Amino acid sequence: MAEKVLMKGNEAIAEAAIRAGCRHYFGYPITPQTELAAYMAKRMPKIGGVFLQAESEVSAINMVYGVAGTGLRVMTSSSSPGVSLKQEGISYIAGADLPALIVNVQRGGPGLGGIQPSQSDYFQATKGGGHGDYHLIVLAPASVQEMADLTATAFDLADKYRMPTMILADGTMGQMMEPVVLPEPYEAKSEKPWAVTGTKCEREHNIINSLYLVPEELEKVNFARFEKYKTIEENEVMYEEYMMDDAEYCIVAFGIAARVSKNAINAARAKGIKVGLIRPITLWPFPKDVINKAADKVKAFISVELSMGQMIEDVKLAQECKKPVYLCNRAGGMIPEPEEIIAKLEELEGGND
Amino acid sequence: MATNNILIAGFGGQGVLFAGKFLAYKGLLEEKEISWLPSYGPEMRGGTANCSVIISDTPVGSPIVSTPDVLMVMNLPSLDKYEAAAAKGAKVFVDSTLITRKLVRDDVDAYYIPATQMAKDLGIPTLANMIMVGKVIKEAGVVSFDNMVDSLKKVVSAKRAELLELNLKAIEAGYNYIG
Repeated sequence: MAEKVLMKGNEAIAEAAIRAGCRHYFGYPITPQTELAAYMAKRMPKIGGVFLQAESEVSAINMVYGVAGTGLRVMTSSSSPGVSLKQEGISYIAGADLPALIVNVQRGGPGLGGIQPSQSDYFQATKGGGHGDYHLIVLAPASVQEMADLTATAFDLADKYRMPTMILADGTMGQMMEPVVLPEPYEAKSEKPWAVTGTKCEREHNIINSLYLVPEELEKVNFARFEKYKTIEENEVMYEEYMMDDAEYCIVAFGIAARVSKNAINAARAKGIKVGLIRPITLWPFPKDVINKAADKVKAFISVELSMGQMIEDVKLAQECKKPVYLCNRAGGMIPEPEEIIAKLEELEGGND
Repeated sequence: MATNNILIAGFGGQGVLFAGKFLAYKGLLEEKEISWLPSYGPEMRGGTANCSVIISDTPVGSPIVSTPDVLMVMNLPSLDKYEAAAAKGAKVFVDSTLITRKLVRDDVDAYYIPATQMAKDLGIPTLANMIMVGKVIKEAGVVSFDNMVDSLKKVVSAKRAELLELNLKAIEAGYNYIG
């Protein structure tokens, strides 16, 4: 087995991206994701890659758009305020059906907000974010190992479906160190006949564009794109279940909130409260079916979030409001304590007596 | 089935993050489950810095240590801030050169080590952190005292190999300190 090394989550993403064949990184520094850019700055020149610190986030995402059009693996990373700036470019990349990876190591908002961890960009990440009808595939790692593994997955899915993907992490995931076994370097094999690589006078021009002035055409493109999204919803959902077999309560949480929830679940079970966890790994596509099925067994759901309650809406929709969904949350850079989740569970247990 | 929830705190520049990283790597080499989570941001520049380290026989859940059972503090603001948070029965390690007050709580075990003074006397004034770490290893047993060099090599840059011996000296001084 490959050696376990200690790495920060931010660095694990950077190294995993390089091993997945990414040689183009464009970014702009912002806490708490700066180590990712710093790692790229150090490594890319040594392996013939490009690290470019753009003059702004807007510029960086448009450089990503440019490289994505050539079919090469490309990424950018930032934290919440910076990702807001990138939204126009992300919409163009989605509109031009190009693969690219965007990493958001979230911090508290809105506005400049703070620099401590948050999950309050959930809506922005999963509902589009920029203008127009589109989705990103959104992956939510909950360990440094997943920061590395899901980076490769994100590049592969982006190529497979010709669309931008996002890793939605947070300040703790970016800053913490855990043992990680780095994935082996590999060569991506996907064919990209659409890429602008020079015709050599041997083929028709490929055109990268998101402009369709004839509404009938634009509608057709949108319908086709949503057919693709349907396939993704059917095939690419990822989640983890923890102690759900006999659970009477189901916590839904991702990323750091899921880690805290596991502590709470272990402590609550010691007190005799039967509680389990569904941890979405893909936030879009959301693991609707498993939550819907769980609703037939559990008494209630608790959505644990580092936000004012965003994913809770998807938990309600996924199970068509069959069971009540309660919110256990902190915001602005604060992280819920396991005790707060246990208190919520005890409150619910009490209500049932 | 032991889990050690360690919180290390002090001024930025005292090497509290380094001390945590060393313990984390030591744990890793002993094939434990570990996590290391630093404070980050403006408080690191001259203010207080801290890191949560978890060394466990079972997979680590949340990496955040809010009720430490091992607390190592290297300045007064950190003791003021975290004394109340320590778990009942926790082992609390205090750099008594820089912190002149005693603990208020009597339901934790306190260890007072004049680490900053010892470091000066030993001619390694920047390694008070590792003297503290030596005492933590001795009294809290979070990792074993064997093969220190292996994990030091993971955290000390190869270009500065001369620091290996000095770190080792500091850890041993702390380990053997009786106070």
